[in-house]
Amino acid sequence: MNLVDKQLVQRRRKKRLFSNRIMRQIFFSASVFGIVVLAVLLYRIFREGLPYLDIDFLTSFASRFPEEAGIKAAITGSVWLMAVTAPVSVVLGVGTAIYLEEYAKENMFTRFIRMNISNLAGVPSVVFGLLGLTVFVRLMEMGRSIIAGGFTMSLLILPIIVVASQEAIRAIPNSQYEASYAMGATKWQTIRRVVLPAALPGILTGGILALSRAIGETAPLLMIGALSFIAYLPENIWSGFTVLPIQIFNWTARPQEEFHLVASTGIIILLFILLLMNSVAVLIRHKFSKRY
Amino acid sequence: MMNTVKDNKQLSLVSLKEKVQEETKAIYAVEKFNLWYGENQALYGIDMSIPMNKVTAIIGPSGCGKSTFIKALNRMVELVPSVRMNGTVKYDGENIFSPKYKVEELRTNVGMVFQHPNPFPKSIYENVVYGPRTHGIKKKKILEEIAEKSLKEAALWDEVKDRLDENAFGLSGGQQQRLCIARCLAIEPDVILMDEPTSALDPVSTGKIEELVQNLKKRYSIVIITHNMQQAARISDKTAFFLNGQVVEHADTATLFSHPEDKRTEDYITGRFG
Amino acid sequence: MTVNIKRMINEKKANRRFLSILEKTVPAFFLLCASISVLTTIGITLTLLVETVTFFNRISIIEFLTGTEWWPFGENASYGILPLITGTLLITAIAMLVALPTGLASAIYLSEFAPGNVRKVVKPVLEVLAGIPTIVYGFFALTFVTPMLQLFIKDLPIFNALSPGIVVGIMIIPMIASLSEDAMSSVPDSMREGALALGSTRLEVALKVVVPAALSGIIASFLLGVSRAIGETMIVSVAAGSTPTLTTDVTQSIQTMTGYIVQVTLGDASYGSTTYYSIYAVGMTLFVFTLLMNLLAQYISGRFKEEY
Repeated sequence: MNLVDKQLVQRRRKKRLFSNRIMRQIFFSASVFGIVVLAVLLYRIFREGLPYLDIDFLTSFASRFPEEAGIKAAITGSVWLMAVTAPVSVVLGVGTAIYLEEYAKENMFTRFIRMNISNLAGVPSVVFGLLGLTVFVRLMEMGRSIIAGGFTMSLLILPIIVVASQEAIRAIPNSQYEASYAMGATKWQTIRRVVLPAALPGILTGGILALSRAIGETAPLLMIGALSFIAYLPENIWSGFTVLPIQIFNWTARPQEEFHLVASTGIIILLFILLLMNSVAVLIRHKFSKRY
Repeated sequence: MMNTVKDNKQLSLVSLKEKVQEETKAIYAVEKFNLWYGENQALYGIDMSIPMNKVTAIIGPSGCGKSTFIKALNRMVELVPSVRMNGTVKYDGENIFSPKYKVEELRTNVGMVFQHPNPFPKSIYENVVYGPRTHGIKKKKILEEIAEKSLKEAALWDEVKDRLDENAFGLSGGQQQRLCIARCLAIEPDVILMDEPTSALDPVSTGKIEELVQNLKKRYSIVIITHNMQQAARISDKTAFFLNGQVVEHADTATLFSHPEDKRTEDYITGRFG
Repeated sequence: MTVNIKRMINEKKANRRFLSILEKTVPAFFLLCASISVLTTIGITLTLLVETVTFFNRISIIEFLTGTEWWPFGENASYGILPLITGTLLITAIAMLVALPTGLASAIYLSEFAPGNVRKVVKPVLEVLAGIPTIVYGFFALTFVTPMLQLFIKDLPIFNALSPGIVVGIMIIPMIASLSEDAMSSVPDSMREGALALGSTRLEVALKVVVPAALSGIIASFLLGVSRAIGETMIVSVAAGSTPTLTTDVTQSIQTMTGYIVQVTLGDASYGSTTYYSIYAVGMTLFVFTLLMNLLAQYISGRFKEEY
């Protein structure tokens, strides 16, 4: 007794193969959509922004006149901001990761920290801006300074660094620990001489990617009051400052068409810096992959 | 030996012809089949025909290409991106590797049971009717009939008939494997390929599945890989011995195990290596 | 010449005291680092709570939650948050309409269809898209997508909900694509083989076996995408305008919660004014929305994790 109607199956098969082919094309187009958007975006920005890109642009301050406008203060401000954010966020992030992976006992507090970190990763950046504005700028009286901005950014990217460092530490095989302990090394000696060196590439990669997020972040800095029009360079971490994305925002928000072109030029610089950072991250990841 | 030949000669011409035809009616004809994974050749010039409505066992040590061979029979081997092959594999007279041959059609006619049970994360019922439903059978009544028939054929019906809506992952390993056999039977294939179907199971489940194979061979042609030579001897009509990607010997199971022609076959079945 | 290593180690014994102090202080330092993240959460919660309470001392919470007009400036200020919420949800809805189908389709393609070399191109491009700063997307929305839309929709104002909505969607595609693909990739190959061996097409394997098996991960990626869209700031600040409107008309200028917060901090709302405190009330609402989405995503991906 045959319950399966072979002819029906045969007839249906043509239709099924056809929809397989069509949907494959549709799925493919969806995947390529991203590439198309990226291409259009880059094409537009380079076509508009390249003519303004010269040494003067890099060495001039912002200006009311598009052709004189430059990005010197913004680049310097971004560098200053990174000089604060990088050490603070990396020390805190790696420290948290080491605590969670090496020292933490499996208890309520540890579980709370874990849940807390994954929730912090999903908090919108404006909320971090509100925190920075209230706690650093007002409560701690840091004012609208680089250090207030740097601290805010550090907290914003902390979850990214923690997760990346945790993964890097977890990837170290147990045999490495055993080898170190078997020679009489203490826990801290093992962490310092075995764990950290082995996890370093992963930590660096995660750190650079987190910093590249920070360097493009606009909203929290706008909120803690980074300036958008300054004609001097910061002198120390208490100075007022502007950064690349804020400068770009400022130019974008102006109604004059010419400033949009200048904004494109600024975006080229920003994207170039991001490309540079990401290339370094990829290089590190590539160089140190598959060591065990 | 001589007696048999004499007996055969005494048979009438017609019945001799019939017998020969029955003996040689092959569902698969494999000719000069070579296969490479990247640069490594896994199969060398396989020539083999697989008889209809019989159980063909494939034995051989690990890495001898038996799994590759069985996966070539329903073109599952193509899931490995670096795979290349030449030669022909004819199923029902047609070369399955010819460009116009539809792989989905082949796999509808040729079912497969894997080494480890791989039910879908769905209910028992949904697992069994997945195939028919995919192939366009929508009527609930027919689907239910198919499910019952397939589960009965797979000797699982009595154990699961009251809990068809439960998740298949709740079954034991042996039950899961029989569910996979039922799933395979539900689309009424002509051939069932089994890749060491009992290697992950306990002896009791293994016994059930062996019994099942005996019952199934009345309606299906079965190709079964096994590590276990007793199993091959118990359940198969034909046995092929693979070694280093070649067929060393392919004969009636009784003959192969009692009078192996090749020294290497003898060494293997007597346990000298492997 | 023999070196007595044992003696050298013993001579270093003085260091042992230092070492044992180190062994005790180091964990404390790391615990301190870990506490910072907890302090951050406490800081965020307290900041929002305290300032929001101040705000609700001046404006009734009923008016805030049910008022249909948001006009926080001047004499006749009114603080009904609904227009900001509908503005936010409008942007989110448009964004998800773009990001869900595209992201899921890319994930299915990458996980079930793509040959190795296509994956090698598409995946890095998605990573690059995910790494582009939002201000750049905002610029793109204002200077490219809006003019393009104006070609098709006559009288579309410069500031509207549609353009930033689409661009927020584009921004979220990589996230949904990569999280969904992760979920699908973790479905074991044996299931694909089981379905293929029954004569399924690749499409049927994807839609009937892989997607259902990975559903919890896919839903979690959707929810995280929604959360990102709700919290997105710069794209809407640049391209959506700043007119809080209770509307579902995508061609109108609207304002989102994030957009409002930025607008106020950019302007010179004096410290201590009601307008100043209103950003905390709005921030609180925003925080609750995204937190709910994130918790729901965590719950779903944890609760319905498939055991293969």
